[in-house]
Amino acid sequence: MIKRILKSVREYKKATFLTPFYVSLEVILEVLIPVLMADIIDKGIEKSDFKVIFIIGGILVLLAILSLIFGALSGKYAALASSGFAKNLRKDMYYKVQDYSFSNIERFSSSSLVTRLTTDVNNVQMAYQMITRIAVRAPMMLLFSLLMVLTINAKLALIFLIVAFVLGFLLIWIATIAHPLFEGVFTTYDELNNGVQENVRGIRVVKAYVQEEHEIDKFNKISDKIYRDFLKAEKLVALNNPIMRLCIYTSILLVSWFGAHYVVSGTLTSGELTSVVTYAAQILNSLMMLSMIYVMCIISLPSIKRIVEVLDEKPDLKNPKKAIYEVKDGSIVFDNVSFSYVNDQEKLSLKDVNIKIKSGEVIGIIGGIGSSKSTLVNLIPRLYDVLTGSVKVGGVDVRDYDIASLRDSVAVVLQKNVLFSGTIMDNLRWGKKDATLEEVKKVCDIACCNEFIDKFPLGYDTYIDQGGTNVSGGQKQRLCIARALLKNPKILILDDSTSAVDTKTDALIRKAFKEYIPDVTKIIIAQRISSVEDCDRVIVLDNGEIDAFDTPKKLLKNNKIYQEVYNSQVRGSDSSE
Amino acid sequence: MSKRKKLDKNVLFRILKYITDNFKMELIVIIIAIIVSSVCHVSSQLFLQKLIDDYITPLIGVVNPSFQRLGQAVFFMALICLVGVIATFLYTRVVVIISQGVLKIIRDDMFSHMETLPVKFFDDNSHGDIMSYYINDTDTLREMISQSIPNVVNSAVILVAVFISMLTLNVPLTLVIVVGVLVMLKVAKVVGGQASKYFVLRQKSVATVNGFIEEMIDGQKVIKVFTYEDEAKKSFDKLNEELFENTKKANTFANIMMPIMGNIGYLLYVVIAILGSIIAIKTNTLTIGAIASFLLLTRNFTMQVNQVSQQYNSVALAMAGARRIFNLIDQKSEENKGHIVLSYVRKNDDGLLVESNTYTGLWAWKDLDNNTLTELKGDVRFIDVDFSYVKGKQVLKDINLYAKPGQKIAFVGATGAGKTTITNLINRFYDIESGTILYDGIDIKRINKNDLRKSLGIVLQDTNLFTGTIMDNLRYGRENATDDECIEAARLANADKFIRKLPNGYNTIIKGNGSNLSQGQRQLLAIARCAVSNPPVMILDEATSSIDTRTEKIVQDGMDKLMEGRTVFVIAHRLSTVRNAKAIMVLENGEIIERGDHEKLIEEKGKYYQLYTGAFELE
Repeated sequence: MIKRILKSVREYKKATFLTPFYVSLEVILEVLIPVLMADIIDKGIEKSDFKVIFIIGGILVLLAILSLIFGALSGKYAALASSGFAKNLRKDMYYKVQDYSFSNIERFSSSSLVTRLTTDVNNVQMAYQMITRIAVRAPMMLLFSLLMVLTINAKLALIFLIVAFVLGFLLIWIATIAHPLFEGVFTTYDELNNGVQENVRGIRVVKAYVQEEHEIDKFNKISDKIYRDFLKAEKLVALNNPIMRLCIYTSILLVSWFGAHYVVSGTLTSGELTSVVTYAAQILNSLMMLSMIYVMCIISLPSIKRIVEVLDEKPDLKNPKKAIYEVKDGSIVFDNVSFSYVNDQEKLSLKDVNIKIKSGEVIGIIGGIGSSKSTLVNLIPRLYDVLTGSVKVGGVDVRDYDIASLRDSVAVVLQKNVLFSGTIMDNLRWGKKDATLEEVKKVCDIACCNEFIDKFPLGYDTYIDQGGTNVSGGQKQRLCIARALLKNPKILILDDSTSAVDTKTDALIRKAFKEYIPDVTKIIIAQRISSVEDCDRVIVLDNGEIDAFDTPKKLLKNNKIYQEVYNSQVRGSDSSE
Repeated sequence: MSKRKKLDKNVLFRILKYITDNFKMELIVIIIAIIVSSVCHVSSQLFLQKLIDDYITPLIGVVNPSFQRLGQAVFFMALICLVGVIATFLYTRVVVIISQGVLKIIRDDMFSHMETLPVKFFDDNSHGDIMSYYINDTDTLREMISQSIPNVVNSAVILVAVFISMLTLNVPLTLVIVVGVLVMLKVAKVVGGQASKYFVLRQKSVATVNGFIEEMIDGQKVIKVFTYEDEAKKSFDKLNEELFENTKKANTFANIMMPIMGNIGYLLYVVIAILGSIIAIKTNTLTIGAIASFLLLTRNFTMQVNQVSQQYNSVALAMAGARRIFNLIDQKSEENKGHIVLSYVRKNDDGLLVESNTYTGLWAWKDLDNNTLTELKGDVRFIDVDFSYVKGKQVLKDINLYAKPGQKIAFVGATGAGKTTITNLINRFYDIESGTILYDGIDIKRINKNDLRKSLGIVLQDTNLFTGTIMDNLRYGRENATDDECIEAARLANADKFIRKLPNGYNTIIKGNGSNLSQGQRQLLAIARCAVSNPPVMILDEATSSIDTRTEKIVQDGMDKLMEGRTVFVIAHRLSTVRNAKAIMVLENGEIIERGDHEKLIEEKGKYYQLYTGAFELE
C-alpha cells in the first residue's frame, strides 16, 4: 500500500534522499559539539591554555555555522520533497478520476473523492515531511548520542540504554492506547458537525416549530460526550510530559551518582560528566520525537488507504484496441439490451429493450420517476456498458468505437446539468474549444439563448458563478443545450433539459432544431407532454421496459400510460371545474 | 496601538475570562504547579555545578573517599525531582481539564447563541462559513489553550528562573546572553514573518484548489459527456503547481526556523564558553563547575526562547479563530417582546373559553397584561405591508390581503416576485417595514414569537429532516404526540405506505438529511410532520414540487383532508396545485397584480392565464 503511493514521488526522489542526508550531517555536528565543549573545559580552562580555548572555540563556531547550513538545506529539501510528493499525488489521483466511468464516480460519490484529494493528501504530506526529517533525525541522534556516551564511559551508557528503553516502551504504550480514543472523538466530532449542519440548513424548520431548546439539548449532549472522551484521551497523552521528566531526572541523578565515583577515581573528567548530561536530554528528546512519528504514522495510514483506493480503482470502460474513430450516421439500435447498475441479473434497470431509430428521427421518451428513462439514453454515448445485448450507433456496436470519438458525435444534455465558473463564452466553448463567435451565436440562436444573453451588459463575457447560481433555471438549461449543439453532434439527447423553460420557448427551440439541424437524430426525455407531442415517435417506458413505441397520435389512442400523463396535464387545463 | 492589536488584546482577555470565570481553583493549581515544576527543573540543571564543585572536586585525590555526603545530596535532589514530576503531572492534567472545559463552554455558548439568531443571519452567511466556526475555529482555539498557553507560561517561568540563576552566577555573561536572545528574537520575527506570509498564500491556494476539485468532481459527468478530460487536467495542473509553490515556500521558511534558532543558540554557547574561560582564568571569580552550569543554563535559555517563537504561528491562527467565534457570539439575538402567548383552552358548558393544562386541539391567545383570552381561529390580514431585505431595495409593496379562518390562499408568480417573502413575514422570520399584519385581530408584533410560530405549520420546498428515527421526525412539532397520532398523520399525507416498506418502518433512522429517501418521500414526511403538529394555520411553500404529477394526484386527497378547516397559504410552481384555492394572488415585482379565484383569473386572460397556459417561464 505504502509502496503504491511512493510511486508518486518521481522527480522529488532526489530531494527525498537529500533531506535525510543533510539531516544526518546536521546530527553528526550536533553530537560533536558537546564533545568539543567538554574539551574546552578539560584541555583549555583547567590548564589555562588560551590557545587551545581559541582553537576549539573556532572549530566550534565553524561547526555551528555548518550545522546551520545543513539544517537549513535539510529543511528546504524536506519542504520540496513533501510538497512535491503531495502535488504528484493530487495530480495522479485527479488524472485517474478523469479516466473513471460514471459507475466508478458513483461508487465513490463526489464528496468522498473531494475529501480524498484534499484532506487525505494533506495528511500524507505532513507525515512525509515529518518522516523524511525526524524519522532519520531522531534515531540517528539517539544512536550517535549513545555512541558518544559509550566512548566516554560504557557503564554510564548502560544507564541511558535502560532508561531509554523504559521511556520508549511507555511512550509507545500511551500512543497505542490513546489513538483509538482519539478516533472515537473524531467520530463524535462528525456527529456534532452533522448536528450543526442540520440546524444551519434547517433553521427555518427549527424556528417554525420552536424547537431551539430541543436542539440545544441535543447539541449539549453530543458536546458533553466529546468533552468526556477528549478528556480521557488527552489525560492519557498528558502523561507524556511527566514521564519524560521522570526519565530525565532519573538518568541525571544516576549519572551524577555513578559519574561522581568515576571522576573521583579518575576514569572520568568533570567536563566529560557535563557533556554526558547534555546527551541525556538529547537521547530522551529523540525518543519523544519517535513516539510522535509513531502517532503520525498511525493517523496517516487510513488516509493512505483511501488514496490508494482511488489510484487502484479500475475504470469500468476500456477503449477497444482496434477502435473505430468515425461515427457514420445518427442511427441507433438497441438489440435485446438489459442493464443493471449493480451487474446483477436479478436487479435489472432495463429489461430486453429493442429499439430501432433511423438517423435524423425525433424521438420522445416519457415515463414516471424510476422508469429508467435516463438510463436508457446514457447507454448511447456509452456512459455505461450494457449487461447483455448491444447498443449500435451508426450500425456499429458502441463498444467498438474510440470513446472520445463516440461521445463527440453523441451530445447529451444531462438532467442534473452543470455550468462551471467562468464566462458564458468559456462555458459554451466546452463544446468546441476553438469555436468562433459566429458559431457560438448560431447555436445560441437555436437554443434561444441570445434573447437573454443580449440583455446582460457583458453579453457573452458575463461571468457565471460556481454552479450557475446567477442565471435562472430556464436560462441555465438553454445554455447547456447551446453548449451541446456546439459539438456539432450526429445524435443530440436532451434528458429533461427544458423542464424549466416555458412552453413557448420550448416549442421555439424544437422548431429551430427542425430547421437548422434536420439531420441530427434527436432524443427528448420530458415530463411535459407538450414537449414530445410533435416528435416522430415516442417511447413509453415503464419500470425499465418498453411499454410502447409509436407515434404520439397512436399512443393517445392506444396507450394507457400516455393517456394518463396526457390527461393529468392537458385536459385539466382546458376544463373548468 | 493599532486597532487590530487592540482587538487582539480584547480577544485574548475574553478567552482568559472564560478560564478565570469557570476554573478559578484549577487556574491557581496550575500556576502553582508550573512554578514548582519549573523551579525544580532549574534546580536539577544547577545541581551539576554543586555536584562538581562541592562534592566531587574535594574528593579528588583523597584516599578512601567517603561518598556519604554526596549520597545525601543526590537523595535530596531526588526528592526535589520527585516534587517536580508530581507538579508536572498535576499541571498537565489540569491544563487538559481546563482546555477541554473551556472549549465545551465556548462550543455550547456558540450553539445556543446561534439558535437565537434571526433567520437573516443564516440567509446572509454561507453555510460553509458558519460550519467552519465549529470545525476550524474551535480547533485552533483548542491548540492554543491546550498547548500554546501552557507552553508559553511554562517557558516564561523557566526563563525567569534561569535568568535569575544566571545573574547569581555571573552578571556580565548574562548580559551577553540577553544580547544574543534579542538577536534570536529578531531573526525569529523575520523568518516567521516570511513563513506566515506564505502560509496565508498557501491557505488561499488550498481554498482555490479545493474549490476547483469540488466544482469539477461535482460536474465530472459533464466532463465525461463533453470529453473535456484533457482541458480539465490542464487547468488542474496550473492550480496544483501554484499550490505546490506556495506550500514549498511556506514550509521551507517554517523548516529553517529551527536550525537557525538552534544554531544561534550554539554560537551563543561557544561565545559563553570562551568568555567564561577567559573570566575563569583571568579573574578566578568563576569555578569550572560554575561555567558548566552556566553553559547548561544557556542551552536551556535558548531552547525556551526557541519554544516560545515556535508558538508564534499557532497563536496567530488561534487569534483569528477566536475573533471569528466572538463575532458569532456577539451577533444580536432575535428580539422577542411579545406579551401575548398561546394557551390550551377548552369550551365549558356555557361555550366560554377556559384555560386547560393539556392538549385539547383548541387554542386561544392569552394577553399576559390583562389575562384576556381570544380564540385562535386563523384569521390573517395584511394591511399596507411594505418590506425590503436590504434598505432601499423594496421587495414587497403595499400588500393588502385577508385570509378568513379555513380559507385557502395561493400565491403564484415568478422566482423573486416575493411569494416566499410574504410567508416569511407571517411567522416573523423577518419583520415588516411598515403596515400591519393582524392575526385574529391582534398585531403579530404583540404576540410572543415562539407562540406565534407554534400556531403556524410550515412545509418548505427544501425538506429538512433531522438525524433520528422517522417517528422522531414526525414528532418534531409536538413532542408529546402519540405513535398512533403520528401514524395517522403519515397516512393522511400518503407517507405511511413507503414508511412501512423501509427496513425498520417507523423506526428507520434518517441520516444525512434523509439522503436514503427520495426528494418526493422527504416532502411527504414534511407534510406528515406538519399534520402531527396540527396547527390552525398552514404555510405550504412549494410543498409538492418534487412529487410527480401522477403521485401528486394521490397526495392531493390527503392534502385536502389536512387543509380542511384550516387557513392555508400555498405557494406553488405547478398551477394544478393551487386551482382550488379560495383566492389566488399573482405577484410580480413585489406587488399583487391580479387576485381572484381560478375561473375569474382565467376569464380575465391576464398574467395568470399566460402562466397557466405555459406561455411564461416561472423559474
